[in-house]
This record gives sequence, C-alpha cells and structure tokens, in this order.
Amino acid sequence: MQQDLRALWFPVASSGDLPLRHVYQGQLLGLEFAVWRADDGAVNVWENRCLHRGVRLSIGLNLGSELKCQYHGWRYANGDASCLYIPAHPANAPARTIRNRVYRSVERYGLIWSAIEPLAEPPVIPELETAEPLALRPMPVAAPASRVVEALRSYAARLGAEAVEPAAEVPPAGAFALRASWRRDGEVEAAAFFVQPTAARACVIRGLLLGDVAEAERVATLKAHNAALTALREEAEAADAREPDAAAAVEEAKIPLSPRVTTVAGGERAASGEAIRVRVARKWRVAADVVALRLEPISGALPPPAPGAHVDLHLPNGLVRQYSLTNGPAERDAYVVAVKREPQSRGGSAAVHDAVREGDLLAVSPPHDNFRLARGGGRHVLLAGGIGVTPLLAMAKALAATGRSFELHLFARSEEHAPFADDLGGLGASVQMHTGLDPTATGDCISAILADRADDAYVYVCGPAPMIEAAVARAEQAGWPDSAVHFEHFGNAKAVDDSTAFEVALARSAITVAIPAGRTITDVLREHGVSVPTSCEQGACGTCITTVLEGKPDHQDVFLSKAERASDACMTPCISRSLTPRLVLDL
Amino acid sequence: MTEPASLSAAERDAWQVVSPLDEIAAGREVATVLFGEPVTVAREGGSAVARRADGAAMPTIERYGYVWTSVGAPEGDLFPLPEFAEPDRRNLHGATIGVRVSAPRAIENFLDMGHFPFVHTGILGEEPHTEVKDYDVEVSAERDEVLATGCLFYQPMAAASAKAGIEVEYVYRVPHPFCSVLYKSSPGAPGRRDVIALFLQPVGEEQVRAHMLLSLIDDVSTDAHLRNFQQTIFAQDKPILENQVPKRLPLDPRAETPIRADKSAIAYRRWLSAKGVGYGVIPARG
Repeated sequence: MQQDLRALWFPVASSGDLPLRHVYQGQLLGLEFAVWRADDGAVNVWENRCLHRGVRLSIGLNLGSELKCQYHGWRYANGDASCLYIPAHPANAPARTIRNRVYRSVERYGLIWSAIEPLAEPPVIPELETAEPLALRPMPVAAPASRVVEALRSYAARLGAEAVEPAAEVPPAGAFALRASWRRDGEVEAAAFFVQPTAARACVIRGLLLGDVAEAERVATLKAHNAALTALREEAEAADAREPDAAAAVEEAKIPLSPRVTTVAGGERAASGEAIRVRVARKWRVAADVVALRLEPISGALPPPAPGAHVDLHLPNGLVRQYSLTNGPAERDAYVVAVKREPQSRGGSAAVHDAVREGDLLAVSPPHDNFRLARGGGRHVLLAGGIGVTPLLAMAKALAATGRSFELHLFARSEEHAPFADDLGGLGASVQMHTGLDPTATGDCISAILADRADDAYVYVCGPAPMIEAAVARAEQAGWPDSAVHFEHFGNAKAVDDSTAFEVALARSAITVAIPAGRTITDVLREHGVSVPTSCEQGACGTCITTVLEGKPDHQDVFLSKAERASDACMTPCISRSLTPRLVLDL
Repeated sequence: MTEPASLSAAERDAWQVVSPLDEIAAGREVATVLFGEPVTVAREGGSAVARRADGAAMPTIERYGYVWTSVGAPEGDLFPLPEFAEPDRRNLHGATIGVRVSAPRAIENFLDMGHFPFVHTGILGEEPHTEVKDYDVEVSAERDEVLATGCLFYQPMAAASAKAGIEVEYVYRVPHPFCSVLYKSSPGAPGRRDVIALFLQPVGEEQVRAHMLLSLIDDVSTDAHLRNFQQTIFAQDKPILENQVPKRLPLDPRAETPIRADKSAIAYRRWLSAKGVGYGVIPARG
C-alpha cells in the first residue's frame, strides 16, 4: 500500500524560479501549478487552469497583484484567487463563486513548498533554519521518485567521497527527503536532498548543500555536484528503462473538474450563502452615537469582501440588518462594521448599542457586493454623509493600497460626529472633512467638488437619502453621466431585470415565500433553509434547473433552449423570475 | 494514441474531412489519419478515393474544395453551404494546420468572440472594446445545427481588405459536430457576407488537422495575402488551444465556468450531449 503522497509537503519550485512578474509552471503528482510571486512578496500556488476554459495560467500575465489569463483576460486576485474582472461583461461583477483552486504554500530554505491535501504543517528542518544553504541545480529525472531516493543513498560514492554516516531520512520532510554526508579533503560536508515527484515516473531532485562554501569554491563545488547528479540521473533512467518497476510508480492526483469543490478559505461559505458564526471580539465607540464591532469567525476563514460590500448581521433579538464592511484589502481575519444609534430605531441599532457585548456570538451572511468600485478610472470621488462613510472607507483603503487616485469627502455635523477618524487620518491628504454645513451649503460644496469632470472619473455616494439625492442632482447638473455616478444599493443598469416582486410556493417543502425586488429566488430560499445547488449564479451553467409546476417564469438565463423556455416547465431560479404573481416549484 | 472501442453513430456514420482537394492535385497521394486509423486519399480516374490501410475503399465525396469520407455508412449528403456556389465568390483553401487539441475545443474557440481583444489584439479586437453584447442562439431542429445570430463585435482590422475599425456582425453555424461556418460583414461589399469555414479532421481524440475554407467577396487581395491573414489569426489561436487542460471538451457545464457571453458554446455542448457525440469530449455524468 502506497503512502498517500497528496498529504505530504514537497518543494515545487526554487525561490529563484519566481523573478519579478513571472509565472512558473510547477508540477506535483501529475498536477500542474501556476506559481507566481506578487509584488508584495506573497507566493501563490494555484491550479494551472483558468476556470473559464481551462487555459494554463502559467502562460498568463503576472500583473503584480493579479494574474491575467491570456485567453479572455480574466483576472484573479493575489491571495485568494477570486476572479476580479471578466472583460466580456465589464459592467458586471464576477460571481463570488468564481475562485480558482489555491494550494497551501510556504517559502522556506530557498524553496517553495506546497501540498495537495496537507494533513500537517510544512516541515521545519532545524539544520536548515540556522544555515544559509547553497542550492544545487534542480535535476529532473525520468524515473519514479522512490527509485531516485534509493539511488541517492549512495550519493557520497557518486561524488567520489567517503560517506561519513549512512544517508538517512530528514524526519519531518518524509520519505522523499534524504540527508547525505561525506568527507572530502578531510572536511565533513553534507547535503539535504528533496525528491519532488512530478508525475508517476518523473521527479526532480532538489539539493541543498549544508554549511558554508567559500565564494571562490562555489563554481567548482556546484559543478562537482552537478556532475554527480547528472550521472545519477542517467543511471536511474537507464535502470528504469531496462526494468520498469510498476510498483515504484507514484499514484497521480486527478485534475478536479468540478468548480464546486473548492479548497479556498471561506470559498465554500460564500458559495453556499450560509450564515457564518462570529464572535464580537471588540466593541468600541468611533464617533458620537456610533459604535464599531469587530467580528471574528469562530472557526475557519471569512469570505473576503470586495470594497463596498455589506453583510446581513443577525442580531440577538432576531432582527437581520445590513451593515457595510470597512475592511481594507489586507484585513481578512475579521469583519468590521459600524452602527449608528437611530432615534427611530425599529430595534436594530438599539440592539447593537444596548444588547451586544464583547464575547457575544452572532451570525453574519457572506458579503454582498452590490456597491462596487469601477475598474480603472483616473479619479475616484467618494462622497460620504456621516455613518455613510463605512463602505467608502473600505473603497478608499483599496484605492490607496493599489496607488489609485481618489479623494474622500466626509460631511458630518461636527468632528465629534465623524466616524473612524483614526483610519481616515491614515489616508492622509486624500481625505477632506466638511463639518457643520446645512443642506444648501452641502449641495454647493458637492457642486464645487464635481465642477471638473474627466472622462475616466467616477463618483460614489453613501449617506442619508436627501444627501444622495442632492449629490446625484448636482452631478447631473455638472454634466456627469449616470454611468459614472454610483450610489449604495443602486447598481448600473444591468441586462438582468430584478425589479419584480412575486411569491414562490414550494410544493414539496410546503412553504410559500415572498421574493422581493433585487433578490434572487435561490437567495431567499436559502434563508428559509431550502438550498438549491448553484454554480455560476448568472443563468449560464444550468446547475440550478428546477421544475415549474404552476405559473409562468420570466426566463433571464442563457442556458435553456427556446423549446424549454416555451414549455414553462423548468427554470433557473438563480437569476430568472416570474411573470405571474405566483410560481409553484417542485422543491 | 488510445482509440475508443467504438465510435458512436454520430461520429461513425457522418462525413469527415480528410484532405483539401489542393493536396491531391496532379497524381499526389495524401497519407493521413482519421479517428486514429491511417487513411490514404488520391485521385483515381476523375474522382477522389479514400482507402483504409488494407486498401479497402471508403465512401468518398468532394464538397467545398475538400475530400470527405466516412468510417461507417453515411446517410445523405454533407450539410449545405450554398454560398460556395455563388459565382462572384473567391473560394480558397486557406490552410491546413495540425493542432494538439480535440475537435470540439477548436470549434468552441471558433465560436468565441470574447478572446478577440486578447488573442487577436489589434486585428479582430482590442481593449477596451471587450464587451460581448447579447446575441441570439438557437438549435434548429429542422436543420440539426446550432445557429448564433446578431453577434456584434468591434474589430480594428476585420479582414485582409479592411482599412479601419468597424463594428462587425457575425453569424455562426455549427452544422456538424466538428465543422463550423461563420458569416461576417464583408468590408468590401456592403450587404454581403464573407464566409469562413473551419472543417476539423479528428486525427485522434486530442489531435486535429484544421482545414480552413475562405469564400470571400474580394477581387482585390492576392491569394497569398488572404492566406497570410487567416494563417496569422490561426497561429495566434494555436498556442492557446494547445494549452487548454483537459484537451477534450468537458460536456458537464459545471466542469468549467461558463458566462453569458458563452451562450453559443453552452448550446453547442448541450447539442453534442444530445447527439451522443463521445469523441474528443468528456461526457457529462448523470
């Protein structure tokens, strides 16, 4: 019985394989990886296929913080590999479910280590922690890894030296790592070899020479080892060709062909739409009548939010309220929301202010990305009214992190009423505070801000309704096109019409739910505990097809044929709606 | 090359392209491969004849400038392409290019507009004109083909004869699992459409010979210029096609991530499933 090698860590690249803006094609157990370093230094090890049509991402472009596929220009984010942009549909944000498979990785001892399904942490090898090892040239061998490990046991002899100790396994690194030592010119030298099984009958020997090698001897030393490893390769390949040992072949991993199997932290949670249990790690005052909550997951990772996203917060009194996240791009371990005490509160803000304590357990939905930053854009003008600063703060942090030009104008009654003064202070001169202005003065101030308009500029507004109305009107007066003015909860005109409201009855579950404008059937059903499997969530893949028993669906998908549409017997509830006031589904 | 135990009727009893007529001119014999088996094609008397390795003659027809044969018993003629017979058209064999990919992957690429700005930059598309506008797709039951109409795309250099960028309208037909025909506005003849057809010869499950037919309204450009233009386009597609993993086309729509712009490909995959095509695809389970 072979050991399951998918659980073990192996080196898949050398640090030197990842120069600036390069994408390296790694291989392990028959799977290919796209390995690339972002400009912030982080190393990404991803499945080497674009989710769209399977094109290798290793032929893609490393843009510094994103990887761009050569085929259709899809861009994937450094870190979680979420798809950020689909050029064929520039006005629509990619579905949250579109996220490439990420393999865990660590950079250690000049090597990039990864594992397919690791059961333990990456190996720490004490001897390598203290030394500055000299990396030998990686040696690819067309023979099974186990055979090559055996051949390495006599490495000292191949080097023409006398072995000091028998070659032995390097304990935490597993059976494919060997330490060899030998005596040459009276000196004891040693090396660690890691054999990376690239495929069933192929591997790469990655050697690290332990101990210091004088600068003047480096070339000669490397040459000697290269000659020994080349000879070893030739022998191992000849032996494998002479008597192929089927049992020595390594079992390969399979290309996963289902996008719903995802190993990305938080990815499944986002895709399932299920509420996530969080703990109130901190509650603090960020302005007059405004408290912030830091919500940490009880287990696992949180789905990363897009700047401007909001979550549904389930409160102890049973209410569900929407709050924008203030998270910047690097803040992934907790969600931060801010809540203002509303005098006319129907229970939401009062519950947060009065009932929620640090340490309490609450639930949040995965983030909804209705309010999003435009891509590109030469200038971004963010207009915030009081507590409306929360989504704009997240946007400002994202813009600042990518070095894009923006200005954030915060309108507040007084400095006392301006939330997150510390965070705003950190954004420097891009933030301007306007305090104590009456509605007319606010409007005039907005007009002055919007007086100059460039073609690639965008305005984002969030605040009380009268302020949003004033800002939209002033922008129009100043000649800004609708498409350049974004405000919370009102997206761009989309091809998909979600403005209708209707009722859905589930024949088998015996429940009836109301589907309000702006929400999909699958979304609302999930809240009621009826989970319809979905994948693309834009009516393109057919995963969610559901039988219609009564009523006339308003088909908005691109999957069903004309005949299927005309039959009114099935629909894709992830995007389609109803032409009749009531639909009965076979669920 | 691994050969499946049996081909489905959709592949076995259909006509398959094996050679351009140009290649068997003047007594030349073409030795090629179809479904993993060697086939020879030559002119015998007045007509082209395809033969198996053992010398047995196979059904053979000449259509649209190519030789077509079948490993089974084809019923009826090849799909219609009436434009080929129009008297004022230039019918030209554009190229035959070997590609290490399945035939259905190559068809999907031919149907796809979204890649123009990225793969055919400056010719068939360019950023920021990346949007794929909504278009119509139907599977015609009567003609048993996939038809996509009203496909609009901005192209900086739509054809060899183009002088400037225009918004081009395409119509795509898939009248055969391994053949597709596109109709696009002819830059030189308002109201008329140039025809470009891609006939894929399934050499193996993961290898094709792609034959390209041009049927154009253009009496200005030289043959060499027209061929050069199409071969440039194809040379840009080839490395992309050969870097698709897996090389066979998965028919389960969840295996990859379709978007709304892929409407025609979605219909094509469903049509292949319904016909029971198994060669060069990974069938959907369940």
